[in-house]
Amino acid sequence: MTSVPSTYSGVADVAAVLILLSEFAMLRAPLLRSQIRLYAFQSIVVTTLAIVIASTRDINELYLLALFSFGLKVVLVPSLVLRLLRKAELELGGGSALGVPNMILLAIGVSAIGFFSIGSLRVHSTVLPTTALSISAAVVLVAFLPIIFRSDVVSQAIGFFSLENGVSLASLVVAAKLPLVVEVAFLFDLLLAVVVFGLIMRLHHGRTGSLSTQELDRLKG
Amino acid sequence: MSSILLVLVAMPFVVAIACYFLPTRIAKVITIASGSIAFVLSLILLPSAASHSQIVVGSLLRVDALSMVFLVATTFLYGTTAIFASGYLSLSDNDTGKRYGRRFYAGLNLFCWSMTAAPLVNGLALLWIAVEITTVISALLVAIDDTDEATEASWKYVLIASLGLGIALFGTIIMYYAGTAVFGPSYELSFTTLLTGATNFPPDIVRLSFVLAVLGYGTKMGLAPVHTWLPDAHSEAPTPISALLSGALLAISFYAILRYFQIAIRSLGPTFPREVLLIFGLASLALASLYLLAQRDIKRLLAYSSVEHMGILAIGMSFAAPIAIFGVLLHVLAHAAAKGTAFFGAGSVVRKFATKDLHKIRGGVDLLPWSGPMFLAAILALSAMPPFGIFRSEFLIVSGGLKDPQDTAAVLLVILVTIAFFGLSWFGTQTMLSPRDSLQIQHPTGGPTLVKGEVSIYIVVSMAIGLAALVVLGVHPPAVLTRLLTHAAGELGSPS
Repeated sequence: MTSVPSTYSGVADVAAVLILLSEFAMLRAPLLRSQIRLYAFQSIVVTTLAIVIASTRDINELYLLALFSFGLKVVLVPSLVLRLLRKAELELGGGSALGVPNMILLAIGVSAIGFFSIGSLRVHSTVLPTTALSISAAVVLVAFLPIIFRSDVVSQAIGFFSLENGVSLASLVVAAKLPLVVEVAFLFDLLLAVVVFGLIMRLHHGRTGSLSTQELDRLKG
Repeated sequence: MSSILLVLVAMPFVVAIACYFLPTRIAKVITIASGSIAFVLSLILLPSAASHSQIVVGSLLRVDALSMVFLVATTFLYGTTAIFASGYLSLSDNDTGKRYGRRFYAGLNLFCWSMTAAPLVNGLALLWIAVEITTVISALLVAIDDTDEATEASWKYVLIASLGLGIALFGTIIMYYAGTAVFGPSYELSFTTLLTGATNFPPDIVRLSFVLAVLGYGTKMGLAPVHTWLPDAHSEAPTPISALLSGALLAISFYAILRYFQIAIRSLGPTFPREVLLIFGLASLALASLYLLAQRDIKRLLAYSSVEHMGILAIGMSFAAPIAIFGVLLHVLAHAAAKGTAFFGAGSVVRKFATKDLHKIRGGVDLLPWSGPMFLAAILALSAMPPFGIFRSEFLIVSGGLKDPQDTAAVLLVILVTIAFFGLSWFGTQTMLSPRDSLQIQHPTGGPTLVKGEVSIYIVVSMAIGLAALVVLGVHPPAVLTRLLTHAAGELGSPS
C-alpha cells in the first residue's frame, strides 16, 4: 500500500517541478530580461520552499535562510544583472548554437537522465522527498544547456545562477538540517560569485562593447 | 599549536587588507614576511601532524597528516611567490601603477589566505566554501592585467570553474544525504564524523557523490576533459599568480578529491574510487603529453605540464601499493616547488625577451646567467630527471603501479610521461641552449637590443629556494617529512 505523501514532500515535489519548468522556459526566452525574470521566479519558489520546510519541520533557522535567499536571489542578483543590461542597452541575447526546438528536445533528454539516474539509486526515505531530489538533478543538468549553447555572457551567467538554484533545491529537500552557518556561508559564497561575475561581465563589456562571447576565440591550443 | 592554526588562518587576511591601504613598497615587504612566516609556522606544526596526532581548534579547524602535506606545499609557494613578485612586477610611479600594486598585493594575499584555509577547515562543506573563495579571488587576479586575452581567460575560468564547483556542491549535498542514513537528518559534516560512519553509508549514494566530487573538483584540478580553462588562465594571469594557480590551487582541488576518496574507500571498498581516478588520470596525462609537443607559448607549455602532473597524481591514487600513495603525496610537494620555480623562470624569460612565443626565445642561458640555467633545471625537474624531487616521486608511483597484478596502467604512465618529457625538454633546451648570433641580439618584438643580465635578484633568489627544495626532496627528504608522508599515505589507504 502506498502511503499518502506528506505536505512537506508534496510541496517539495511541486516546487521542484516549477523550478524545472522555469528552467525550460528560460531555454526558449530570447529576451535577456525574460530570462532574468524567470530566474527571479525560480528563486521565489526556492525561498517559498524554504519557508514551508521551516514551518512543517520546525527548523527555525530556515526562516533566516529564506530571508537571505530572498534578498540575494530575488532582489539583488536580478537587479544587478538588469542594471548591466540597461548600461549595455541590450534587449536580445546572443545567438545560440542550437535552435530552441533542438535545445528543448535535448533538455528533455538530459532531465530524463538526471531524474532516472537518481531514481535508480532506489533510495527510500520516510522523511525525505526523493522525487524532488531526482528533479533537482534534472534542473542541474538542464542548466548546462544555456551555458553551453548560448553565446552571450548574461545567458551563461543566468544559467550558472539557475544551476545553483537546482543545488539549493537539493540542499533543501535532503539537507535542510545542515548547520545554519554552512547554509549562510553557501549563500555568502554565491554573493561573492555574483559580484565577480558582474565585475568580469562589465570588464568584458568595457573591452568588447558587447555582451557576446563570439569574440572570445583568441586563446586556443 | 592551536594558536598557530589561528595565526595561519588570520594573518594572510589581515595582511591582504593592509596591502590595499599601504604603499606598494611596504606591501611587498609585509607580503614576503607573511609568506615566510606562514611557511615557518607550517613547518613548526609538521612534527605534530607527522606523529599520528591531529590538531583541532573548535569545530571549524583541524589539521592531520594529509592536510599538512597540502599546507606545506601552499605556504612554501606563498613565501617564494611573494619574493618572486617583488622582483617581477615593475610598476610605474603614477596612479595607475600604484592602484595596480595595491590590488595585486591585496589579491595575492587573499588568494593565499583562501588556499591556506582550505586544508585547515574541518568538513566537506567548509572545504567547498574555501575552494569557491579561491575561485572568485583568482578569477579577478587572472583579469587584473585588463587585456582582451586576460578578460577572455578570466570569463572562461570563472564560468567553467564555478560550474565545476556547482557540481561539487551537489556532490557535497549528496554525501550529506548519504550520512543521514547513519547519523539522522541533522549532523555536522566534519571529517571525523564522516570517516567514523562511512562504512555504513548507502554505497550507491556515496558512489554518486564521489563521481560528482571528482568531476566537480576535477574541473578546478585541471583533469581532462574539464581542464579547458586551465591553459588560458595560466597563460594570461600575471606570472606570480600563474605559479600559485599551478603549484597550489590545483593541489588544493586534489586535496578535496582525496577527502572524498577517504570516505569512498571506506564505504565502497577501493576498486571503484581507484577506477574513477584512473580514467580521469589517464585522459589528462594522454591529452597533456600530446599538447606538450605542439606549444608556442611558454606559459601554456607549463600549464599543460600541470595537466600532465595532475594526471600522474590521479593515476598514482589508483594504485593499491602504499608506496604509490606515498609517491603521490611527495609528488604534490615536488610539483609545487618545481612548477613554482619553472613559472618564476618563465617570468624572468618573458620579462627579458618581452614575448611568450617559444619560437622567438633563444639563448636564454647566455642572456640570463642565473635564472636561465635554473629555468632549464626546473624544466628538467618537471620532466622527472634526477636528482630532483619529481624523479623520486614518479619513481615511487611507477614502482607501486608495477606491483599491481595488472600493471597496464603503470606501463601507460611510463609511456605517456616519456612523451611529455620529449615535449618539455625539447622546448626547454631550444629556448635556453640554442645558440644565438651574438651577445647583442635584437629584441624579438623589434624593441631595443637585449643585454645580458638578470631582471631582478629577487627572481634569482626565489628560483634558488625552489631548486634547493627540489634537490632536498629528491636526494634525501628529511626524516620528519618521510614520517608525515607515510602517515598521510596510511590515512588514504584502505582501512584494515
